[in-house]
Amino acid sequence: MKSNQPRPRPLKANALAESVRYVLRLYVAGQTPRSIRSIANIKRICEEYLRGRYVLDVIDLYQQPELAHDHQIVAVPTLIRKLPPPVRRIIGDLSNTARVLARLDLRDMDERRLPEGPSGRV
Amino acid sequence: MTRRKAHAPALPVRTQLTKAPTGIKGLDEITLGGLPSGRTTLICGSAGCGKTLLAMEFIVRGATQFNEPGVFVAFEESATELTENVASLGFDLKRLIARHQVVVDAVRIDRTDIEETGEYDLEGLFIRLGQAIDSIGAKRVVLDTIESLFAGLPNLVILRAELHRLFHWLKDKGVTAIVTGERGDGRLTLQGLEEYVSDCVIALDQEATNQGSSRLLRIIKYRGSLHGTNVYPFLIDDDGISVLPITSLGLQHPASTERISSGVARLDTMLGGKGYYRGSSVLVTGIAGTGKSSLAATFVDATCRRGERALYFSFEESADQLIRNTRSIGIDLGSWVAKGLLLVQSARPTLTSLELHLMTMRKAIDSFKPQGVVIDPLNSFVGDHNEAEVKALLLRLVDFLKTRQITAFMTSLTAGGHSSEHTEVDISSLIDTWLLLRALEASGERNRAMYIMKSRGMNHSNQISEFVLSDHGVELRDVYVGSSGVLAGSARMAQEAQEQAAQLTREQDIELRQLGLERKRKALEMQIASLRGEFEAQETETLRLIGQAQTQTARLAQGRVDMGVSRKVDATANKARRGLK
Repeated sequence: MKSNQPRPRPLKANALAESVRYVLRLYVAGQTPRSIRSIANIKRICEEYLRGRYVLDVIDLYQQPELAHDHQIVAVPTLIRKLPPPVRRIIGDLSNTARVLARLDLRDMDERRLPEGPSGRV
Repeated sequence: MTRRKAHAPALPVRTQLTKAPTGIKGLDEITLGGLPSGRTTLICGSAGCGKTLLAMEFIVRGATQFNEPGVFVAFEESATELTENVASLGFDLKRLIARHQVVVDAVRIDRTDIEETGEYDLEGLFIRLGQAIDSIGAKRVVLDTIESLFAGLPNLVILRAELHRLFHWLKDKGVTAIVTGERGDGRLTLQGLEEYVSDCVIALDQEATNQGSSRLLRIIKYRGSLHGTNVYPFLIDDDGISVLPITSLGLQHPASTERISSGVARLDTMLGGKGYYRGSSVLVTGIAGTGKSSLAATFVDATCRRGERALYFSFEESADQLIRNTRSIGIDLGSWVAKGLLLVQSARPTLTSLELHLMTMRKAIDSFKPQGVVIDPLNSFVGDHNEAEVKALLLRLVDFLKTRQITAFMTSLTAGGHSSEHTEVDISSLIDTWLLLRALEASGERNRAMYIMKSRGMNHSNQISEFVLSDHGVELRDVYVGSSGVLAGSARMAQEAQEQAAQLTREQDIELRQLGLERKRKALEMQIASLRGEFEAQETETLRLIGQAQTQTARLAQGRVDMGVSRKVDATANKARRGLK
């Protein structure tokens, strides 16, 4: 675990945060309504908060089953934040936007919209 | 529904339900053939009671013995940890993985690392499992322990539904599966896995006793099959798990017809004239101080004299003490130790668990490769341990020794109050030759007696013999059996003296009579001699008189002739007259 977090918390929207690149991977299994929903959710969030500074790979485990083992996937959909470190995992169809944002450390930027802080861990 | 008992795992059993043999010693016997094939078995138990090892042995034996590749999904350990852990059981997981006989998939779920943000399912796990099964054509699957999912993933409702789906999916895949579960309060597993698994449930338990602990196995449920219902003790040693139903002894070991000396000539004679069978198990029981260890030392001495190796497990005396004490009966075990033919291992078995003991004993036997093994005494095992477990351990040990054609000599101390036929550990069924040492208390002293309780396969003596320890070893002497019972020791000596005195008297009597007869003969002969002398004297006298008379007669006749001549008488007339006279 790296100790030098790229930025201190809590963080207001600033130039440093704006410059951080996000590498995200979404693992789904087939074209189920849930898969489609999760893909739509993450795309929406990325476009809204990370426009221009994210890479999102959507991996269908039915197409590449060996990746389930290689990347330790149990539940689907699973979203993995590869970058910035540390690696974070989010499971579910990503419909709880507040939690997704908190987990991706995008919470602060979202504060202006939410009536109260998300329930994510501090 | 009736079902034949399985004799060997290799033998397919005619059942409606096909079974997948586990290859685990004893388990296939009590399940009458193995786990239900193509179905899921739940193995539950508290932490550390051997669930993972049992499941792993199922996979490893499946791959190595039954040509059924297996997938082991570990939720609690990494593949490396698992490989290391089972290496202690002699399972080379790495090799099996390299040969595509086993796949180990370690599933890591870290609750702190996971955030739930909506609906999900466990399709990822299904894909992994499916991938692993298909990659090697697996027939067996272990999920150890699936309950970790509950700790790692939120949302019980989803998990329960997914688990249900998983068990159905496993059934559809046609794999024989084991899922393990931790024991919960008042139920078999924390998450009630038993509700999902309906075919076969096996519970493992660990029972803490005073100092050690015993492992127990019980089949709670086995749908569509008969099964043993007892609680069976089991052991984990470097050969894997062994469940020990008493009837599961292999009984396939070779039986040697070679006979070996017991070290006591008289005892050999009593044992059909030749001694013990090689590879048999000999038990000596008796109360304290009846000479069990001495007989054991004699056996060791005889073994080493043949140039064979002997391993002496001494649980009450140290090696030095044993050597010193046996020197007092003229047996020098020290020289055999020096020659490398004898190894004495001393330990107090109560200090370690039985499993560990069995393991260390087996290791010692494997490395020293003895032809004879002494366990002195068996009772030390009992200590605080469960008697059934001790019996199980001995069964394993005797079986192990028999398959290696090692003659086992065991001693067992009988408690004073008990009948002499009662062994502390009831193992007489395991024993081929059972010698019983008894103390005979009579006329103010205590003596030893020995008899052969049983000896399989030989025409043994049923004589009670006195067992004498002297400074030149163990000797057996005849005892006297009279109206006052068996006589031994000084009573025997008194009897012997008495008999000797009687014998002497008889001999003297005979001698006297012979002397008398001789004297009579001599008297008679003397009488005969004197009579003969008398007769001879008379004869001589008579002959002399006859001679005199004849001479006189002749002289008279001559005189008459002379006179006749002088008178000129006809000689013929004289002659004729004399002839008429």
